[in-house]
Amino acid sequence: MSNEAVLHTGTGEVIHDTHHDGHHDHHQSFISKYVFSQDHKMIAKQFLITGMVWAVLGGLMSVLFRLQLGYPDQSFPILETVLGKHWAPGGHISPEAYYALVTTHGTVLVFFVLTAGLSGTFANFLIPLQVGARDMASPFLNMLSYWFFFAASVVMLSSIFVQTGPFSGGWTAYPPLSALRDASPGSKTGMDLWLIAMALFVVSSLLGGLNYISTILNMRTKGMSMTRLPLTIWALFFTAILGVLSFPVLLSGFILLIFDRNFGTSFYLSDIFLTSTNKALPNEGGSAILYQHLFWFLGHPEVYIIILPSMGLVSEIMSTNARKPIFGYIAMVGSLFAIAVLAFLVWAHHMFVTGLNPFLGSVFVLLTLLIAVPSAIKVFNWLTTLWRGNIRFTPGMLFSIGFVSMFISGGLTGIWLGNSALDVHLHDTYFIIAHFHIVMGVASMFGMFAGIYHWYPKMYGRYMNNTLGYVHFWITIAGAYLIFWPMHYEGLAGMPRRYYDYSIWESFKQFIDLNRFISTVALIVFAAQFLFLFNFFYSIWKGRKLRTPNPWDSNTLEWTTPIHAGHGNWPGEIPEVHRWAYDYGKDGKDFIPQNVPVGADESQH
Amino acid sequence: MDMAVSNQQKSGRIHPHKFTLWVAMGSIVMMFAGLTSAYVVRRSQANWLEFSLPNIFIASTIVILFSSLTIHLALKSFKAREMQRYRTLIAITAFLGVLFAVLQFIGFTDLHKQGVQLFGQGSNPSASFLGIITGLHVLHVIGGVIALLVIFFGAFFSKTKIYSPTSLEIVATYWHFVDILWIYLFVFFTWIR
Ligand code: HEM
Ligand SMILES: [Cu+2]
Repeated sequence: MSNEAVLHTGTGEVIHDTHHDGHHDHHQSFISKYVFSQDHKMIAKQFLITGMVWAVLGGLMSVLFRLQLGYPDQSFPILETVLGKHWAPGGHISPEAYYALVTTHGTVLVFFVLTAGLSGTFANFLIPLQVGARDMASPFLNMLSYWFFFAASVVMLSSIFVQTGPFSGGWTAYPPLSALRDASPGSKTGMDLWLIAMALFVVSSLLGGLNYISTILNMRTKGMSMTRLPLTIWALFFTAILGVLSFPVLLSGFILLIFDRNFGTSFYLSDIFLTSTNKALPNEGGSAILYQHLFWFLGHPEVYIIILPSMGLVSEIMSTNARKPIFGYIAMVGSLFAIAVLAFLVWAHHMFVTGLNPFLGSVFVLLTLLIAVPSAIKVFNWLTTLWRGNIRFTPGMLFSIGFVSMFISGGLTGIWLGNSALDVHLHDTYFIIAHFHIVMGVASMFGMFAGIYHWYPKMYGRYMNNTLGYVHFWITIAGAYLIFWPMHYEGLAGMPRRYYDYSIWESFKQFIDLNRFISTVALIVFAAQFLFLFNFFYSIWKGRKLRTPNPWDSNTLEWTTPIHAGHGNWPGEIPEVHRWAYDYGKDGKDFIPQNVPVGADESQH
Repeated sequence: MDMAVSNQQKSGRIHPHKFTLWVAMGSIVMMFAGLTSAYVVRRSQANWLEFSLPNIFIASTIVILFSSLTIHLALKSFKAREMQRYRTLIAITAFLGVLFAVLQFIGFTDLHKQGVQLFGQGSNPSASFLGIITGLHVLHVIGGVIALLVIFFGAFFSKTKIYSPTSLEIVATYWHFVDILWIYLFVFFTWIR
């Protein structure tokens, strides 16, 4: 009871919902329950649904530009109808539209879906529930975090509708394309809106991250020592630390960029010659490389911000569904820590070809390759957890196994790229696209799917449909490999990323059919995601109802709450914790939840 | 309705809001570390204007140091329930915060008069960096002044008497933090050039 958090209103009145069985909700208005909610569980759902909207939009963008890449000669009159004469004249996506689509796809998927949609959802949902707290350290800041994200979303969305189009210089927003209004149509208003949206996004991430860290460190229930935390919480903890330390640096980079754009400074711009104005710029001595340092100092930790939550979710789901303790708990925590530290020391591997001092380059090669060690430890532990497990193949479990498969495939190509000698050839080719989509995009998306299928019963008190889940899984994993595996070959053959039309290049004509194949699969995989969307929304109202609060026979605290937990999570006192989260198959018992006291006859762990 | 979560804690455990502030300060440190590293990187390249800091920055340094003292005393008087003294000290602290911002601004006007242009065509990154870094710092100071005024006037409108020094402690910690941050920046700009 010592550090039990109690909810009270501003006037000091206590609404301790001991006797309400979690049903004090109906005292709340619609607005305070669904819109400006301060309940972490509702905020989690807001992040999730907003993230899903963005995932659909971002995915649709990729389908559109894949149409261009797969069928460069074909005209799709419907595109002219939908996108208008300006962006798709004659049913062909214009080069400006193509670059705008690629850029917005990248930005949206990296930041809005896999950062806000993933961390925002599961950190909000799981941290208070799994550490045994009634809510976040500051529910109000938490609510603000969502609304800043929402504002960022609105601004980003609006940039699609301005006359000169959204920003189109790539998700990394390198100058001069991002710094010079005259560089391209998207560099005008589109870039202003991009910067505003990203600044709002950074604020949202920081508010969220602060809260996650302080909740995990300060609000744990009695008995929940750090070493008894489920791995989900450890992963979300390191994610939040990475975000809190790296996003401010990105913001500094953006501030300098804003000054270059609007107030005539020369941080990133030099006296380059512009064909559009036929003059050289008045700026002197700026360097775009400076931006790259600032960007990648965030950018690399950012990719781990995206993958770590998935690692945590997968560890938890795997142990539960293999009915075995996670293999090497401390090694799992240690490798998360090692990854988090190394994440700050490797950013220059994105800059091997910028004229980086070769000696410095070799230091970064070494540090980059070191990341393979903790990554391999994690993979080994996941596989050993599966080994001889009593596996229950739920959709959540399948996606977790899929995650490990993707992480292995993409991690291996990371080792190729981490060698600067190989990277000189592979940099900015489709090999990079293949690498990071497999290891980050798809893997992390799989972690997110796994988490949704697994915790859906806790979120909505109903199950999602399993059959649809299986179909969704198999189409998605087969499709993902069919899309991204061939891209390695294209990259090895030197096919650069971010070109508008490869069919006019003699060297890349050989890939016309392959590109068409990739585009077709992409279309199918995109369509298959509607199975998931349908399953998700249909099950909210029509899914099979939960009859037990602990459907997966799981050990963690969230399953000790009532099926429909109110704000405050536990109707009575917060349970006390007596053991770690992974007592599966111990002493002949299938599982022993964390709140069960250690019995006299129990063997030690 | 505004809902807050309070913690019935074991003695010795840090208040979650205080802890949040510490993490936030770490975050702010990273932002300035990013900017000053960028400064160092850029300085080693060609076309870097050398100029000396405006003298008035010494005055502003003294002002902000002094304000740290006054807020410390304000907190002490609050805990001793010497409310009259507390109000005076808070007023002085807020005033010193604003004075600091004004002095910084005067410093920049001085630079401008000497022909060191901060922004716009013909500006040198060396001056632009100084402008942006100190400007961001001033924004953080002003944020502190606003927070101070919010808890100060908030007390007048609250129906119940407030005895808990927590929010004041949080603002005081932040205040010392922006003070130290300025000392760092001042030393950085003096020594590194
Ligand atoms: C063994 C581990 C890994 C190594 C050694 C590694 C190495 C690299 C290197 C050297 C590059 C730069 C290639 C270039 O631009 O020329 C790169 C790109 C990238 N990596 Fe990895 N990587 C690893 C794992 C990961 C993971 C786990 C993620 C994400 C979760 C990730 C995400 C990315 C992204 C997003 C890019 C490309 C960014 C862009 O240019 O748009 N990588 N990787
Ligand atoms: Cu990287």
